[in-house]
Amino acid sequence: MSTSATAANLPTSQYSNYHTKVARSRATSEPVWIRWSLVVITLLFLSLFLFVPLIAVFTEALRKGFDTYIIALVDPDALSSIKLTLIAAAIAVPLNLVFGVAAAWAIAKFEFKGKSILITLIDLPFAVSPVIAGLIYVLIFGLQGWVGSTLVDHDIKVIFAVPGIVLATIFVTFPFVARELIPLMQAQGKDEEEAGLVLGASGWQILWRITLPNVKWGLLYGVILTNARAMGEFGAVSVVSGHIRGMTNTMPLHVEILYNEYNYAAAFAVASLLALLALVTLALKTFVEWRVAQNAISNENSYN
Amino acid sequence: MAKHKNVLPGFNLSLGYTLLYLSLIVLIPLSAAFIKTTELSFNEFWAVVSAPRVVASYKLTFGASFLGALLNAVFGLLTAWVLVRYTFPGKKIIDALVDLPFALPTAVAGIALTAVYSTNGWIGHWLEQYGIKVAFTPLGVIIALTFIGLPFVVRTVQPVLQDLEAETEEAAASLGANRWQTFSKVIMPTLWPALLTGFALAFARAIGEYGSVIFIAGNVPFVSEITPLIIITKLEQYEYAEATAVAVVMLVISFLLLFSINGMQWWFSRRGTSSH
Repeated sequence: MSTSATAANLPTSQYSNYHTKVARSRATSEPVWIRWSLVVITLLFLSLFLFVPLIAVFTEALRKGFDTYIIALVDPDALSSIKLTLIAAAIAVPLNLVFGVAAAWAIAKFEFKGKSILITLIDLPFAVSPVIAGLIYVLIFGLQGWVGSTLVDHDIKVIFAVPGIVLATIFVTFPFVARELIPLMQAQGKDEEEAGLVLGASGWQILWRITLPNVKWGLLYGVILTNARAMGEFGAVSVVSGHIRGMTNTMPLHVEILYNEYNYAAAFAVASLLALLALVTLALKTFVEWRVAQNAISNENSYN
Repeated sequence: MAKHKNVLPGFNLSLGYTLLYLSLIVLIPLSAAFIKTTELSFNEFWAVVSAPRVVASYKLTFGASFLGALLNAVFGLLTAWVLVRYTFPGKKIIDALVDLPFALPTAVAGIALTAVYSTNGWIGHWLEQYGIKVAFTPLGVIIALTFIGLPFVVRTVQPVLQDLEAETEEAAASLGANRWQTFSKVIMPTLWPALLTGFALAFARAIGEYGSVIFIAGNVPFVSEITPLIIITKLEQYEYAEATAVAVVMLVISFLLLFSINGMQWWFSRRGTSSH
């Protein structure tokens, strides 16, 4: 998964340059024409699948001029979809963050039976189609669902309402923080925590002053990925939302509605905000990876 | 490590909270899908999941996912190779952009790909001159599934390629191997596990994908209708048990894939450590 990238980058980053130099200076590299053909083929492939579609989002958004673009964004339905997307992420991200820390603490610092089964179970949401993630909450909270009639009696709406959207968002982003923290905290061991304990720190003090500062970049990395997926989720949210304009539409759903109404300029205008969010996510992610690599190098130097 | 030697606090609290949250959010809701299908008799269940229109959707979903993952295996390996071994202008930005399919919401990817590959789009317009139609055909489904699986192979192969010792390649060269022999007999054997893992991850991701596909697919029954869309259609007709039956088929296949990917990674890592 993408999330293993930071951990993998840790020990190798400082040697990658070395490898490139060695490979090029010895008899172990390819002729120049092969090198450049491979680079060109790669760029062509990435252009067809990544760069051209990304540029298309912005050009389509601005096709009818900047005024139309702004009008599409300040439309009340667009604004309410932005608000709902922010609310869903603001609830889902912290909940999955707390879960990730708790799961990583139990799994990385203690030995117990069934640990590998637990790790696989935490991964389950990655293997579930977003559509099915929405479906299972309809089966429980929908009108014909397990608790459907109880909810009606108490006038609580989950499906086709905000709570369902939040639940579906939590489900699809469930493993991100935990997956990031577990290998990191396992690699760090528990010597520092035990030292803290001997010096009289309480459990919460150890968590706040030792463990969390040690894993802060991994934590941030997990939060960035969780947030990107939470704001962009489409399939799962689409099943539980009911598509009520101005009420239960998130930004991706609003994009779909506008698009199906052939209002392409407005659809791409809202989509361009989500594409900007994706670019900011990638920039932050690259920054965190760079910081982790820097820390690894400075640690290496301080040991020598 | 014996458990009684562990002096750190918080085991019961953290494990208890983990299990509670996991059960409430994931395990109990997922079990609802399996329990719901018991409302159907086996014959009813079988009739739903083997209906011709549903079978056609399996063929499209699994076939297109397989081809998309295959495309990603070839070009992902090439991309990883180029990013690790060569230097060219803009390399760092391109390296960062490889993760775009993870960060870009699938609905945005869907409408962007449709705009580019439809007959009046930038690339679609050009392909049409050669008689190739992408949007609203199975080819469009393959394009969308290639897009969303693109980072997996690159990101699994890249670290392995970075860790390769230059000395082994030098040894191969000094023993008279040409560059292609070194690549196919020395480099590729170490890359296979990562390549296979990346392929499996891209494939697993593709079979459940919905958002990026539905815009470009055109969703014609028997032609370009994917299985997740069948589930949605049945749900919208309030056929909950039928929708769930198809979902259970997909869940079982996805779980088998997840277990084999985890097993594969465990097996490769064991093999890796024992050889050192």
